[in-house]
Amino acid sequence: MALSYEKVIEKYEPVLGLEVHVELGTKSKMFCGCSTEFGAAPNTQVCPVCLGLPGALPAVNGKAIEYTIAIGLALNCSIAPFSRFARKNYFYPDMPKNFQTSQYDEPICFGGFLNVKIDTDEGVKEYRVEIERVHMEEDTGKSLHMGGATGRIHGADYSLLDYNRAGIPLVEIVTKPLTGTEKYAPEVARAYVSELRDILRSLGVSDVKMEQGSLRCDANVSLRLIGAEKLGTRSETKNVNSLRSVERAVRSEMIRHAGILDKGERVIQETRHFHEDTGETTPGRSKEQAEDYRYFPEPDLVPVAPAADWIEKIRSSLPEKPSVRRKRIQEEWQVPDKEMAAMINADVLDQVEETVKLGADPTRARSWWLGEIARLANEREVPAVSLPITANDVAEVVALIVNGELTDKLARQVVEGVINNEGRPSEIIEKRGIKVVSDDSALLQAIEKAVAAQPDVAEKVRGGHIPAAGALIGAVMKETKGQADAAKVRELLLKHLGQG
Amino acid sequence: MSKISRDDVANLARLARIEMTPAELDHLSSELSVILDAVARVQEVAGKDVPPTSHPLPITNVFRADENRPSLTPEQALSGAPAQEEQRFKVPQILGEE
Amino acid sequence: MIYEKNATEMATALEKGEISAVELTRAHLDRIAAVDGEVKAFLYVDNEGALAQARDVDQRRKSGEKLSPLAGVPLALKDVMVQQGVPTTCGSKMLEGWRPPYDSTVVSRLKAAGVIILGKTNMDEFAMGSSTENSAYFPTHNPWDLTRIPGGSGGGSSASLAAFEAPLAIGTDTGGSIRQPAAVTGTVGVKPTYGGVSRYGLVAFSSSLDQAGPCARNVLDAAYLHEVIGGYDPMDSTSISAPIPPVVAAAKNASVKGMKIGVIKELQGDGYQAGVLKRFNESLEELAKLGAEIVEVSCPNFEYALAAYYLIAPSECSSNLARFDAMRYGIRVGEGSAEEVMNATREVGFGKEVKRRIILGTYALSSGYYDAYYGSAQKVRTLISRDFENAFTKADVLVSPTAPTTAFKIGEKSNDPIAMYLNDIATIPTNLAGVCGISIPSGLAEEDGLPAGFQIMAGAMKDDRLYQVGAALEVALNSKWGAPILSKAPKLGAK
Repeated sequence: MALSYEKVIEKYEPVLGLEVHVELGTKSKMFCGCSTEFGAAPNTQVCPVCLGLPGALPAVNGKAIEYTIAIGLALNCSIAPFSRFARKNYFYPDMPKNFQTSQYDEPICFGGFLNVKIDTDEGVKEYRVEIERVHMEEDTGKSLHMGGATGRIHGADYSLLDYNRAGIPLVEIVTKPLTGTEKYAPEVARAYVSELRDILRSLGVSDVKMEQGSLRCDANVSLRLIGAEKLGTRSETKNVNSLRSVERAVRSEMIRHAGILDKGERVIQETRHFHEDTGETTPGRSKEQAEDYRYFPEPDLVPVAPAADWIEKIRSSLPEKPSVRRKRIQEEWQVPDKEMAAMINADVLDQVEETVKLGADPTRARSWWLGEIARLANEREVPAVSLPITANDVAEVVALIVNGELTDKLARQVVEGVINNEGRPSEIIEKRGIKVVSDDSALLQAIEKAVAAQPDVAEKVRGGHIPAAGALIGAVMKETKGQADAAKVRELLLKHLGQG
Repeated sequence: MSKISRDDVANLARLARIEMTPAELDHLSSELSVILDAVARVQEVAGKDVPPTSHPLPITNVFRADENRPSLTPEQALSGAPAQEEQRFKVPQILGEE
Repeated sequence: MIYEKNATEMATALEKGEISAVELTRAHLDRIAAVDGEVKAFLYVDNEGALAQARDVDQRRKSGEKLSPLAGVPLALKDVMVQQGVPTTCGSKMLEGWRPPYDSTVVSRLKAAGVIILGKTNMDEFAMGSSTENSAYFPTHNPWDLTRIPGGSGGGSSASLAAFEAPLAIGTDTGGSIRQPAAVTGTVGVKPTYGGVSRYGLVAFSSSLDQAGPCARNVLDAAYLHEVIGGYDPMDSTSISAPIPPVVAAAKNASVKGMKIGVIKELQGDGYQAGVLKRFNESLEELAKLGAEIVEVSCPNFEYALAAYYLIAPSECSSNLARFDAMRYGIRVGEGSAEEVMNATREVGFGKEVKRRIILGTYALSSGYYDAYYGSAQKVRTLISRDFENAFTKADVLVSPTAPTTAFKIGEKSNDPIAMYLNDIATIPTNLAGVCGISIPSGLAEEDGLPAGFQIMAGAMKDDRLYQVGAALEVALNSKWGAPILSKAPKLGAK
């Protein structure tokens, strides 16, 4: 019987370590000129170098270095004046050379930090995540495991290797142990990865699609009794493919560790695999002996010593930091903290900003994305950004509301239609014949009809009892099939009854 | 005196993915011990203040432009493959961790 | 016989139209057929490919195209260099039958220059050895005495030259594998400055030490070949971007007047065969007669060079050879899992010496031992470089006997790894420092009538000095002998 999370955090405090791998969006691979395009036919983007053929030699992609420095600068890191590639030696069929050209004790960036904010019941909390290092390495090939029931490695009869992905530039970002997150560890982990993703996206160095594997997260979790000095044994969880999974994996591991520790047993230091369906982790194959990678400086490559003026050039061309941008937006639009957090959480800030750029006022833009669209997204259990509605659509709808061609109610119908793939707003309005009845004479007709039908209510209104008008307004709305502007109707009605 | 035991050699053979016979392990243990004795003398002069050389040439910053070059055709890539299926390299069941 | 001429003479004959490339190639293929049964220098003779290349060169010459100086001249290629579509084994069972899908840069340049690649020569497996006895296929026999080794790891290339099977050859040198075979076969071999010749397509043994280089029967031929294969290659990040030193001009200059020749104290004396030393000293006298000043220099850290080499090279090779795992190319043996197949394949695919070095290298790099072994060896490297730098302030070139002995009998040292390693004692320091070296024949040792070599070393990017001094000495010695040394070798294939 698993412990409740509340029980876990009463007794233990978590320590986190997050390792994020980013596939850089360069045109060519890290050490050769093969294309990096996603989705090509197997083994069509390989050459002697990335296949590790005898005699082949690596040649460093200068753009990858530039991107890595940009990442380091965006994370407030120091850029090493002298850094080297190293060989990490181990055998695995998806690694053509049976060593990975990576970096060891001389990474290109080190010692940075990232501030993340999370929205809690106790208000907005901020944490500083210290970055240990940012270094470059190369990606491996892809294996298809055949013959087994699950397509996973266990139980497979044989495997098929495609090396298109082998050699694609990877940047690894490693945090220092993150303490002090207490019960918010899962949220902080998620917020860190999210913020990191935003920064990487804004730098334009990667398409950071977790579902496609261009952003991967390994979460290291350990527990210790509250107030204890010594760190607990950590487990590493891989296969964390979404922001939500980061949060769930951390929470799941905290509960699992607590269960073990409560029994007086020891946590095993191991790698675990996260399962989307159950939200839990299972152990990887335990290794009898730790692998000795026998790192040594890569003799086929010379050291990287970025000139100070090159670094400054990169620094000055960095785009506005997402946190700075958010601050600017918040001030410009006068958005309260909670709403700001809500937009970030729902990952719609870009969309809202785009909608505003297209002419909508910030308040309306926000209320549509956070309101109706978010509601429909939740119903469908998908993120708002994946719905077929664009900033353009929303801006169009808002414009129509502002000039009176749509009421809020009618607009909601239009928005739902767009999300249901019926087309763009103008098409839906056309198809469904949505139209605000704003023609006064038509409205007066409906008003007279309603008054005639409920004379005693009309008398009440004439007598000064304004609230009674509601029933008459409702009748007019029904008569106009909801296409009248309720406010307009009220205005005309009251006037008609001598109260306007 | 053997600097490197039979078990050490067996461990190293495992790391190097070579399946050695017991006779080989024995042989290597004695041969390597002799060799190690001979090469260990590098420690005599490798003082703390001597920097290591990993490249004979003092070059740095050799980069190439981020441009595409022609790849091999899949036929060329797979031409040496001991086994292949669906344009991929076919390898026996992998036991190790991903 | 045409095949007894040197490369420059053949080039002139080709240019004048006295002989076609096809005829010249045929003559060499016939020679190979006649003598290689005894010499066994070749692992693969590319009859069709060579003739096709020759036809192409003849065609290009006929159409009036301006060709490189060596166009149409045949060459033997050490089997460690990748050549597209041609079996490349590196002397190992691991790559039996492998035909690379690409050309090494050296081969591309040879083809562009119209040099005819006759075939792939035998070598110690993956370039590890000093006798070519570690070839997984068969040992090569020294044309001077077929019961003896031709040196290693490039014994096939040196033997092919000495047997007049080719006037030019390509070797590779990691600890002396071009120079020592040259010494024991009476031929010329050069290890260029590290980075002077592209390693792209050179199957790596020890990446920070390996260099491909020219081999020939005389210094000028080697210089021409050096200019074909050398120079910057963007595919090799360790290649030098400066232009090739003017080696052909230097070989033609052939003067040592006013030069200081530094004799390295530590590279003679005990362990060096008396006859070898005698020829070495006589060569020094010749250089002095030509106007050079002979000085003695000391390189005290050279005594640690062998130890450093036998830590660095195995370490790098243990990593370089990891790619041979039966998954993508090469042989595959064994049943079961990928791991089991890998283990079984590497057990039978690699020979004894290779396995020995892989295990030694794995140990030297392993956690807990790195500092004491690999780390310390890298420091010794710095000390050796400093010794060279210091010595080069006192002399323009440094000299020593190339190898401590003449060619030993096949099988004589194959059970004693350390005795075998000592063959490289004079050549290894050059590789560790990345500087350049050449071996030219110094004469025949009195004890056994077998060739000995004179090694000249120069500073990084000063390869021209090797050729300048080498050519000068060669002229003097040839004059002393009345004819080049190879004229004294036994005649092979005589019918």
